[in-house]
Amino acid sequence: MNFDFNEDQRALADTVHRFVARDYTFEKRRAIRDSKPGWSREVWQVLADLGVLAINIDEDYGGLGYGPQETGLVMGAFGAGLLLEPYLTGAVVAPALIRRAASADFQEEWLPRVATGETIVVLADADARDAPVREVGGNLAGRKAVVAHGGCADLLLVSARCADGLTGLFAVTPGADGVTLRDYPTLDGQRAADLALNDAPAVRLDAGGARDAIDAALDIGLAALCAEAVGIMDATVAATTEYLKTRQQFGQPIGRFQALQHRMADMLLHLEQARSMSYLAAMDCSNDDAAARRRTLSAAKVTVGQACRFIAQNAVQLHGGMGMTDEMILSHWFKRLTAIEMSFGDTDFHLQRFAANLSREARAA
Amino acid sequence: MDLSFSPEENTFREEVRRFVAEKLPDAIRHKVMNGVHLSREEHVQWQRALHGRGWGGVGWPREFGGPGWTPTEQYIFEEECAAAGAPRLISFGLKMIAPVLMAFGSPAQQQRFLPKIMSAEEWWCQGYSEPGAGSDLASVKTRAIREGDHYVVNGQKTWTTLGQYADWIFCLVRTDPEAKKQSGISFLLIDMKSPGVTVRPIITLDGAHEVNEVWLEDVRVPLENRVGEENKGWTYAKFLLGHERTNIAGIGIAKRELARLKRIAAAEGRLDQPLFAAKVAQVEIDLMALEITNLRVLSAEREHKAPGPEASILKIKGTEIQQTISELMMQAVGACALPFKQAGVGPDYAANLGTGYCNLRKLSIFGGSNEIQKNIISQMIMGL
Repeated sequence: MNFDFNEDQRALADTVHRFVARDYTFEKRRAIRDSKPGWSREVWQVLADLGVLAINIDEDYGGLGYGPQETGLVMGAFGAGLLLEPYLTGAVVAPALIRRAASADFQEEWLPRVATGETIVVLADADARDAPVREVGGNLAGRKAVVAHGGCADLLLVSARCADGLTGLFAVTPGADGVTLRDYPTLDGQRAADLALNDAPAVRLDAGGARDAIDAALDIGLAALCAEAVGIMDATVAATTEYLKTRQQFGQPIGRFQALQHRMADMLLHLEQARSMSYLAAMDCSNDDAAARRRTLSAAKVTVGQACRFIAQNAVQLHGGMGMTDEMILSHWFKRLTAIEMSFGDTDFHLQRFAANLSREARAA
Repeated sequence: MDLSFSPEENTFREEVRRFVAEKLPDAIRHKVMNGVHLSREEHVQWQRALHGRGWGGVGWPREFGGPGWTPTEQYIFEEECAAAGAPRLISFGLKMIAPVLMAFGSPAQQQRFLPKIMSAEEWWCQGYSEPGAGSDLASVKTRAIREGDHYVVNGQKTWTTLGQYADWIFCLVRTDPEAKKQSGISFLLIDMKSPGVTVRPIITLDGAHEVNEVWLEDVRVPLENRVGEENKGWTYAKFLLGHERTNIAGIGIAKRELARLKRIAAAEGRLDQPLFAAKVAQVEIDLMALEITNLRVLSAEREHKAPGPEASILKIKGTEIQQTISELMMQAVGACALPFKQAGVGPDYAANLGTGYCNLRKLSIFGGSNEIQKNIISQMIMGL
């Protein structure tokens, strides 16, 4: 048992940390956020050149063949920089999904292009409540809601209820007839889109249902999301500690006050428990035993989600009025942590799923 | 990063499991599994069984007769013992005074005391807290005045856990009342049979006799029973407080009690109630996270990278988890937790859930209250 990262892993993390510190400053990010697309294809190409788009793709397809641990390191490093580009969906979830759901030909055609950054592939899974996407005569109809980075996609992978009763996975080209994307910013400065499909042409990728493959890919994404959250929380706790040491009131640094010290200790407890669960999530997210995998990932998302809320809220509270300003990166960390808690199933969803499993186990025993 | 135990560690786990299965008497196991207090004899019986296997000095290096385990092996040992319902180790001798004697005691003290701790021939208790010195331990007032080759000790110690069983007590006493409070303290080993030592029970809210007051009136203590130098006792005291780390989170015990909670909750149909099931789920998740956090601390400890303050994280979360489990067990049986010390009322498993809940409120108070632990975290780790 050891919790150390090896030399290659540390080098990878250093590369990304250096990129964020030098080339993805808060000012740079603000300019990208305020640009029309709200993200940067140029940055995407830089990431491709650094090799980080290739880490989740097998060597056979031009990738580096790394796994969830390396992904976690990269996501953690991106976390503090609040990357606006579609790394999680395009470089983590998409390759995992293509690998699991699509034919060898499809993999051979698309995975190398994902690795080089040429093509951005985005999964659109969650249906709009009132118009779930269905297959009708080989084409798709219905809507997907708040598709993360849907507007960046060169190729969409869309889940749909098929005539055969299964959940199918379809390749859809943005810009094709019957495909409408409404792209917009989200609370955390990232982008999302609503996808409307009106008898849209689509190519079915799976043979015999894709639900398991989609869930497995999303679980790999969830572990990566947990690592991102820990990266942001590390930065948030460090910045708040520093603020408490410098901000003077009543003639002394406010960090001398026990009420605030204990709040910081509580934040650290949340952070370390979240870090532990993000490690466990990385270990278990590619487990083929879906029940065991879900148990770990739900536990991880509960721990991380609760930490996100607690740390984000208290970091703003302890910064006082300054924590409320758009000027400070802290408020942007706050918003991203808020969004993370609500993504990939929120704390309540995962707590309920874990609890329901307890009831089932009890009945089985 | 690799979160699995090594093949050697797994073999060791099997060995411990087999040993406990063979040697742990059913009567003791049944009591532990149901949260019943053990007698002195039962504790001693188990310690002797461990000693017979060469495992009497848990946490001790080989040179003092211990098994020389790594922190991870010790963790595995305690986890397996807890899971199987073995008594918790009586820590006052094994894990508190023994490491102090190994580090600071004279060879004569080491030879005199250590073997009898391992063999459970002598029971130790802790003379730290006083009525006026709890969290502010350095303000101890018990006075020791040198008279020839003896100290004469006067004062009162309190919260002395299982002092009623003890043969010896290690005490913080004030030898220099003029010095700044941390610098006038010495560390004495006192024979409980000495004239002038009186033990008075303190009955706690659960009706149990677990802690005591120890009164010291003109107790004569030979100079050779002082550990280390005069007025350096605070150094040894802090060493002792910081030493017991590997099992501070109580992961093994918490896992065993969680399993008991689930059995009781299932029997009561409470896991079909979403609100209750969510509370059980929450504590199980917290425990999963703490287990990994604990392994991280152990792993760092093995490589001598992180010294102490991280243990405060383990103490806070570990005690909160154990308290929550005891609270949920009580909740699970509803009114059946209320009859006080009544056998045969309600289901058997409900008999001591109310008192168990009351008893475990101590966890966040002793060993440095959880508020003191938060001071340590914010000041020592975060630098505030």
